[in-house]
Amino acid sequence: MRLKLVPQDTSIDFFRHWKTTFGASVVAMVLSIVAFAVMGLNFGIDFRGGTSIRTEAQAPVDIAQYRAAVMPLGFGDVAITEVFDPAFGADRNVAMVRIQAQEGTEAITTEQISAVRAALQELDPTLTFAAVDSVGPKVSGELIQSAVISVVLALAAVLFYIWLRFEWQFSVGAVAALVHDIVLTIGIFSVLQIRFDLAIIAALLTIVGYSLNDTVVVFDRVRENLIKYKKRPLKEVLTLSINETLSRTVMTSVTTLLALLALFILGGDVIRGFVFAMIWGVIVGTYSSVFVASAVLLRLGVKRDWSKNSGDTSGTQFGVKEG
Amino acid sequence: MLQIPMWKRVLIWSTCALALLFAVPNLFYDRVEQHNDAVAMIEAGQGNAALEDARARWPAFLPSLLVNLGLDLRGGAHLLAEVRVADVYADRIDGMWPAVRDRLRDERDIVGAVRRMPSDDPGELRVRIANTAATDQAAGFVRDLAQPTQSMAGFSQAQDLEVRVDGEDIVVTLSEAERLATDERTMRLSLEIIRRRVDEAGTREPTIQRQGADRILIQVPGIGSAEELKALIGTTARLTFHPVVNVTSNPDQVPGPRQVIYPSLDEAGTYYILEQTPVVTGEQLVDAQPGMDQNNRPAVNFRFNPSGGRAFGIYTAENIGNPFAIVLDGEVISAPVIQSHIPGGSGIITGRFTVEETSQLAVLLRAGALPAEMDFLEERTVGPELGQDSIDAGRTAAIVAMVAVLAFMVASYGIFGVIANIALLLNISMIFALLSLIGATLTLPGIAGIVLTIGMAVDATVLIFERIREEMRTAKGPARAIELGYDKALSAILDANITTFITALILFAMGSGPVRGFAITLGLGILTSVFTALMVTRLMMVIYFERKRPKTLVI
Repeated sequence: MRLKLVPQDTSIDFFRHWKTTFGASVVAMVLSIVAFAVMGLNFGIDFRGGTSIRTEAQAPVDIAQYRAAVMPLGFGDVAITEVFDPAFGADRNVAMVRIQAQEGTEAITTEQISAVRAALQELDPTLTFAAVDSVGPKVSGELIQSAVISVVLALAAVLFYIWLRFEWQFSVGAVAALVHDIVLTIGIFSVLQIRFDLAIIAALLTIVGYSLNDTVVVFDRVRENLIKYKKRPLKEVLTLSINETLSRTVMTSVTTLLALLALFILGGDVIRGFVFAMIWGVIVGTYSSVFVASAVLLRLGVKRDWSKNSGDTSGTQFGVKEG
Repeated sequence: MLQIPMWKRVLIWSTCALALLFAVPNLFYDRVEQHNDAVAMIEAGQGNAALEDARARWPAFLPSLLVNLGLDLRGGAHLLAEVRVADVYADRIDGMWPAVRDRLRDERDIVGAVRRMPSDDPGELRVRIANTAATDQAAGFVRDLAQPTQSMAGFSQAQDLEVRVDGEDIVVTLSEAERLATDERTMRLSLEIIRRRVDEAGTREPTIQRQGADRILIQVPGIGSAEELKALIGTTARLTFHPVVNVTSNPDQVPGPRQVIYPSLDEAGTYYILEQTPVVTGEQLVDAQPGMDQNNRPAVNFRFNPSGGRAFGIYTAENIGNPFAIVLDGEVISAPVIQSHIPGGSGIITGRFTVEETSQLAVLLRAGALPAEMDFLEERTVGPELGQDSIDAGRTAAIVAMVAVLAFMVASYGIFGVIANIALLLNISMIFALLSLIGATLTLPGIAGIVLTIGMAVDATVLIFERIREEMRTAKGPARAIELGYDKALSAILDANITTFITALILFAMGSGPVRGFAITLGLGILTSVFTALMVTRLMMVIYFERKRPKTLVI
């Protein structure tokens, strides 16, 4: 007996409640933007500059004591968080100590790190620094800049590619879905205050790639069915295409989520935020390729007569045509 | 119909076999790494039984290329340094003074006495002449000293000096072209010296790269901390020998013109006033070795090159009985009195050194002085334990992810799931083979990229299988269904993967460090998964079909 997540033939009417789903997406995006405006992102030192120290000790972490030990050193704002992971035993207690960027200097000095180490080792002689990262304000500014540029570039490149391969309406639909995914991801990061660092940008761009993958597969089928069923209304063609590709959409999302869940649970705390972003992105991206990208396409309408411009740059298709 | 020519089959299978062959060393990482180290050391001429043994643990006929592990996996230190390239302008322009003075003295009849004026900007030389009416003419004489700028591409049209008249002063600065050429030389020299220092410390596979106009990225695996690395490369190690003018205990004493005040390294509260222009500099050293002085205290022996030795010889002959300061990075190490003429061009630096300090100083002197100071913009240290933890966690996660996906595929597609799984395993081997071949670096996000690839690689196969399923329903027979399945899925597979590949390219171009590692594995994963989906699974489907000749496909 084969495992079938989706029945052989489905004819789910994805656009019956399109106002509700589309409205829900818009509301979610607005909420994300509000959350971002009100709470902001918990930027890591990659983007705000400063120093982050990962400590490991045998005694349990007492955040108040750690703070009391570090504050007198006069580094200004010090944030201390405990790190949990199922892989840690009772004698392995990990904390992150984050020190803001120091006025007038780029990276933290050797003396400053030694001072923090000495102060914390007085609390617990077994304490060691497992990792130290220090980023100066100059570099962090550039990292923000290049992160924003890379996201915008990725969106522009994709917009262009899809416009080249399909029609501009598809392109708008795909990018609407991508913007939706990115905004919702930034939203969840500000609501949950998960640390937002350079790796999360990589995750964002992967979400862009994944969501696009999904959207393109649906669009490819739409293009094919538009040629096949020249007379059927667009809404029917879209619904048919989504249903035809539904089995694949679910299969791929499930295998990807299986892999990501393994990484989320077992991959260690260092990349957990990164993996969380990708899991969220796969879920949101799968949703958006149906309920955002296709819905936008439905609203924009699309040129129906594809037969006459088969040699044209727009709407050309890889591979062998029917026949 | 379903036919794949023999040459294509051979090509596909040999690609897969090569991928497996080049991926295999990574399964025995430690062993192959020891083998590689042993080979390198034996080639360097240090043969011994233990090394021979380590070499023999991996057969020489097998490939021995490994995936580089990034700092976040191996542990080590990462520094991003910015070189103060502008500092060099001041030295250059300062060095022009004797030439300018001599040139104007040759024209004494016209210009009269020549004086150097103080300047707020260290990058300019201000000169005033007694006969101010001839200032413009004098500027012309100074302009004669300018030479064509020497850049990496050879001589250019531009002149190296710019001479202008500002009121009564003649102002000499470096031209824009000369500044660029100087920056270029400074960066090359800095890179070279950092490389020598890191190599002398004997660490494995350091990365020393220039980034942008004035930055250097240094990554050294296995070093304990960024502080250690900074101590090694952050010291300018500029050694100079100056005539001593005076000794004082007042740090605020104002030195005379063209003189400087430097503190003593050992004796707190002692300051030396020295002539600013050194007699000889560390650049003229050819060798430095740790050693002992007559009283058996640690010291550093050094030797000058011929020109340095000559200058040193002449100066010592003329200044017997006068003190002479040895200055390292703005601190006076010692100021011995010259006892006799030192003709051989060699000498000894004594001070309150420990043995370790002398050997480090000798390393720094041998490697040469950095042409300019550096600011550290970014530094990261990862302890080796944390790196090992990350490898272990990543490996466990990847295995679990793999098993889950394999089981899921078999449950969904039966025998065809097995075909998809073989393709997936080959796919992972290809990623590792390619990473090893191009010497790419695997980082923790890179492992995440591989795990993501495991999930996404089946996508192309799933697209094909679902398409074959659909085509089966229109009952054209299994062979036709397989063929149509591949043909019709092609468009979606290519479009979907090209768009993802575009994002991977952008990540690679814009990202740095770990992000770039992620982009590499993601991009390679896309290439290999398209290959395995379109070529390998198709070949396996065809072979299956040829063997079984099924009447129908239950996919």
